[in-house]
Amino acid sequence: MSEPATNIGAKVAQFPRAAALAEKEPPFIRVEGVTKRFGSFTAVSSVNLEIRKGEIFSLLGGSGCGKTTLLRMLAGFEDPTEGRIFIDGQDMTDLPPYERPVNMMFQSYALFPHMTVEKNVAYGLKHMDMTASQRADRVREMLALVQLSDFSHRKPHQISGGQRQRVALARALAKQPKLLLLDEPLAALDKKLREATQFELMDIQDKTGTTFIVVTHDQEEAMTLSSRLAVMDKGRIMQTGTATEVYEYPNSKLVAGFIGSINFFDATIRGVRDEVATVDAPELGATVEARAIPGLTPGQQITLAIRPEKLTISRSKPEGPNAISGKVRDLAYFGKDSLYRIELPSGRVLSINSVNSRRVGENERVADWEDAVWLSFDPSSAILLKD
Amino acid sequence: MSLSSRSASLRKWFNRRGWIKITIATPYIWLALFFLLPFVIVMAMSFATRTPTAPPFSFGGDYPVMNTDHYARLFSDDLYIRAYLNSIGNATFATLMCLLIGYPMALGLTRVSRSWRNVLLMLVILPFWTSFLLRVYAWMGLMGTNSWFNKLLTGAYNWIVPSDMALRYIPMMNTGFAVVLVTVYSYLPFMILPLYANLEKLDISLNEAAMDLGSKPFQVFRDVTLPLSVPGIIAGSLLVFIPASGELIIPSLVGSSSRPMIGRVISDEFASARDWPMASAVAVALLLLLVVPLMIYTYYDGKAHEKAQKEAT
Repeated sequence: MSEPATNIGAKVAQFPRAAALAEKEPPFIRVEGVTKRFGSFTAVSSVNLEIRKGEIFSLLGGSGCGKTTLLRMLAGFEDPTEGRIFIDGQDMTDLPPYERPVNMMFQSYALFPHMTVEKNVAYGLKHMDMTASQRADRVREMLALVQLSDFSHRKPHQISGGQRQRVALARALAKQPKLLLLDEPLAALDKKLREATQFELMDIQDKTGTTFIVVTHDQEEAMTLSSRLAVMDKGRIMQTGTATEVYEYPNSKLVAGFIGSINFFDATIRGVRDEVATVDAPELGATVEARAIPGLTPGQQITLAIRPEKLTISRSKPEGPNAISGKVRDLAYFGKDSLYRIELPSGRVLSINSVNSRRVGENERVADWEDAVWLSFDPSSAILLKD
Repeated sequence: MSLSSRSASLRKWFNRRGWIKITIATPYIWLALFFLLPFVIVMAMSFATRTPTAPPFSFGGDYPVMNTDHYARLFSDDLYIRAYLNSIGNATFATLMCLLIGYPMALGLTRVSRSWRNVLLMLVILPFWTSFLLRVYAWMGLMGTNSWFNKLLTGAYNWIVPSDMALRYIPMMNTGFAVVLVTVYSYLPFMILPLYANLEKLDISLNEAAMDLGSKPFQVFRDVTLPLSVPGIIAGSLLVFIPASGELIIPSLVGSSSRPMIGRVISDEFASARDWPMASAVAVALLLLLVVPLMIYTYYDGKAHEKAQKEAT
């Protein structure tokens, strides 16, 4: 990356995220009831998706969740067993890959090893109605976009992994597709390069305005890159939303557990009043308050979930409704924050993440091993989950 | 220094240097003993003079240093030139046919499921389990005028052509066609196996990428698969072409005696005419004919690689 990362922030501000502008338009990509079966195995199960023009949309899930199969159906490499796929209002379901206005950046990059960087980028253009000089201009423009103008005559094996990734991106963008599919775009890069490339990808997306669909197993990557994301499991879409929606308002234990870490407790609803539910949580050893969700009835069994960073740790009993006592079982100091493992009287252990906002010495910590402590959380931070 | 410590240090040196040297030296020693030395003998023999003694050649006499008459005869007697042309032409045609038949087979092998692939690869190798000579004899039987195979082909031919052009049988034995047919049959696995090894390594996502960028299946083959399989094509073609050009048994058994082949000529000069120096000269010339173009190719290929490496750094 020859360009310092500080410039990228300014550019992002200059090109406001297209997704926000397109909020009111009809969906650009529509996946309707798509199912893919391989023999008796169902890889993708009745998926519905609506993606707007100019979005970076992530499909997030573990391996075997069907995200790659869904991507390959969008590219045309697999035919859906059921359902239809529309791009820009056109039914794409029965078109072969070479007739779709869709390009893909492969996880392995799949650069042609016998062609130079320039020839790789130009490959898709020969099927387009362009003059030779227009083609050369487009190649030059694409190589400039990914900052590889000086490498145009190299072969793929003569450049670094990060450069190869950018050639793959330039090649996929050269035909100006309506939709760009990215299969684990950053998985093959090392950690440092990955962070820089994330911002570069967003920058390029803003410049070109192309709709991106990214497949990833990395939740941080999905949250940083995308305007919206879908969490997939066992071929189904569990939840779709912005990073904030999915993280702060998960709709199931699975989504809550997949994105970030979280503490789960079995609980029973005691009553609901003014959007606040009172909940009995025997494992917490207390009756606590949590933000209500629709359709709660007293006596209902429910899961109470609290993220580690939403808990506050203190030595004295805090004010407010949600106070729990416990004992420090373990603590890990990471510098900017610390992770505490607190054992409750019920025997359950829960995790707390606490930001070290003040500079303290070795013996001045909020809590130490075996200390008796109090935990508290805001009712609005507690998540109630029906399943 | 005690004996045990000396043997220990010797073992250390051997572990450090010895094994590597032996591993590298073994194939070279093998080649020197069983290729280079015999070749030097044949080369020397080609400059000797034929005598009615045993062995039937001697050095010196009228030609104190080297007798180059045999090489001169190669160019003056058109038997040799015709034999070279026949053999090279035959081998070229057989190699092309092997490529045309073998390429789709090798490509097919890479596209079937793994369990099927093993079965089919087995079938490609299976003929090697029968003696080569037996397989040529089997073809002689098939091509003979009274075989069911010949009758089947004759029937099919007669069914297509008008009745006044009907044949009683198709003359296949002792023709150039028979030589090419049996050569292609015999050497096809030598084309398929290196091609398969090459094609199998190609990343299928390259094909998908080309298709994704707008290429139809044939264009994908032309732009991606074919150029990337050139090393396999060269390896397979050499493995077929080189032995096919010196082939002795096939032309002797199914070929026409009026079409001299170089393998046959060498054998005849050696055994029937007992002219060992002439046989050696023909063999040396054949080797040069095959090896020199290969060396030129390797030289320029290596240079191109070097150039590419230099550009990269």
